[in-house]
Amino acid sequence: MPPMTETVLAPAGRSLTPVSFRRSLNDALEMAHGVDAVAAEERASSLAKRSLKKDSKVWGLKLAVSMIDLTTLEGKDTRGKVWALCRKAVRPDPADPEVPHVAAVCIYPSMVAFVKEALGDSGVHVAAVATGFPSGQTFTEIKVEETRRTVAAGADEIDMVIDRGAFLSGDYQKVFDEIAEVKEACGPAHLKVILETGELANFDQVRKASLIAMYAGADFIKTSTGKVAVNATLPVTLVMLEAIRDFYHATGKKIGMKPAGGISNAKLALSYLVLLYETLGAEWMNPDMFRIGASTLLNDILMQLRKEKTGAYQSGDYFTID
Amino acid sequence: MARIGVKKTYKLFINGEFPRTESGRSYPVVGKGGVLLANACRGSRKDLRNAVQAARKAVAAWSGKTAYNRGQILYRIAEVCESRAGELAEELRRQGSSAADARKEIERVIDRWLYYAGWSDKYPQVFGSVNPVAGPYYNFTVPEPTGVAGIIAPEEPALLGLVSRIAPAIVGGNTVVAVTSESRPLAAITLGEVFETSDVPAGVVNLISGLKSELVPWLAAHMDVNAIDATGVTPDKLADVQKAAAENVKRYVHFDGDEIGWTDDRLSQSPYAIFEFQEMKTVWHPMGM
Repeated sequence: MPPMTETVLAPAGRSLTPVSFRRSLNDALEMAHGVDAVAAEERASSLAKRSLKKDSKVWGLKLAVSMIDLTTLEGKDTRGKVWALCRKAVRPDPADPEVPHVAAVCIYPSMVAFVKEALGDSGVHVAAVATGFPSGQTFTEIKVEETRRTVAAGADEIDMVIDRGAFLSGDYQKVFDEIAEVKEACGPAHLKVILETGELANFDQVRKASLIAMYAGADFIKTSTGKVAVNATLPVTLVMLEAIRDFYHATGKKIGMKPAGGISNAKLALSYLVLLYETLGAEWMNPDMFRIGASTLLNDILMQLRKEKTGAYQSGDYFTID
Repeated sequence: MARIGVKKTYKLFINGEFPRTESGRSYPVVGKGGVLLANACRGSRKDLRNAVQAARKAVAAWSGKTAYNRGQILYRIAEVCESRAGELAEELRRQGSSAADARKEIERVIDRWLYYAGWSDKYPQVFGSVNPVAGPYYNFTVPEPTGVAGIIAPEEPALLGLVSRIAPAIVGGNTVVAVTSESRPLAAITLGEVFETSDVPAGVVNLISGLKSELVPWLAAHMDVNAIDATGVTPDKLADVQKAAAENVKRYVHFDGDEIGWTDDRLSQSPYAIFEFQEMKTVWHPMGM
């Protein structure tokens, strides 16, 4: 595939010279230096110790709700279950209108048209996984076609998986080309690229995969499918956020981040927000630039919010089961 | 050279472990004549929250055990209390009991475990029923555990009072978060070591020491607690506990130990103490199926 040039506007007030960048695998590999694993883990764990209380906690929790990609990706998904999830996405806590709607509902392609209708004009986006999720072990033509059809069915956002087999055997060109082709197939839809960091063995590879994805045209990079043993962790997220920062300094283009899988409680979600703020700053603190892929997290946040409101610790018995 | 003894740090008992309070605070426990005995953990509402989480997680497995098995475990608790009787009595004595009273209290503690162990597979027959109905159904009622019970132990007797309230709750399949005697918590905390070595699964009993004024309101209002035993709450605070408990319709339990007494077995132990932590479930089962 011939290298293409993508033009982006330089952010206001920044003296970054490059306003366009080549979609170039070489540029990605050039930036892919090694990562100090001990330092990354230490920094992530020290930032996670920060404590948020009272008003700032409530603010952070509501922000986290607005960043959730409420997800169901199971073989047993039915329209009934997905419909209930959509209602929850639009109005997470029926008893509290101050809780914002989530960012998106994330489902399999076959549910896209149904979800599009269920969400209507609520402002909640339709995100669908595609490209042979979760393994990505199918033919490129099928991945591209799946993406095209999913977007045609109404998806606003596509969550694709990279070919980890190709990546781990050093065939970066294949990984790069596939992402670029899927990006073309997305058309107006946003593309999130899942690296499946739990299968990439170390931080060096995570950084390399992040840069390849960004240089190939990703709008978001995402940690995990939620289908393997190790999903999103704070250190891996830090490494990816730093890759986003370096890419931004080199090109002037802002890429979004989505940790997914294993973020199951409110406290952990707040730790991710702290990590985000300390690495990329306030410009990334919104649902256009940061998402959290989760299913059980929402209920825990709702319980925390109600606890802040009523003063009593809450029970799962009083919140819907998804 | 004289050897310096190793003094025990009195900690909390949550989820089968002995953590310090997350608050990092402590409060002095004094014996006769104002002698400092120990610095006990001054548990916080977050410790309570952690304990309730552990207790909630433990409900399914504990209530799912056979009645016979729960009885065996209570019997095991009695055995371990017997073998540690000397240590428990010594702690009661340091907290102000006479040697004879301490010994008597421990004996009652052991016998109480034994008493409720025996009831484990018997109370359902006593409280359950087969009900005559005008239709082709078998209709029967069975007691089921209510879930997580919050128990506020009386100040005195510190150990017997705690055991007398925990035993009927757990033998019926409930899990417990107990606030120990504020003024005399030592033996109660050591009881955690008994549970830990008696095959009581983690989370079934959790013990929090601290100031009742800081703990009781949070436990009473906790939406994930299904029953509250206010035995150790002073009369002027009972209405507050009842009001907080009403929010999620907790079972409200209160044993008037000051009036009834703790040591007379005929008055202070009863299957009705188990019944207080049970919900009655009625089933209509069609005949001929």
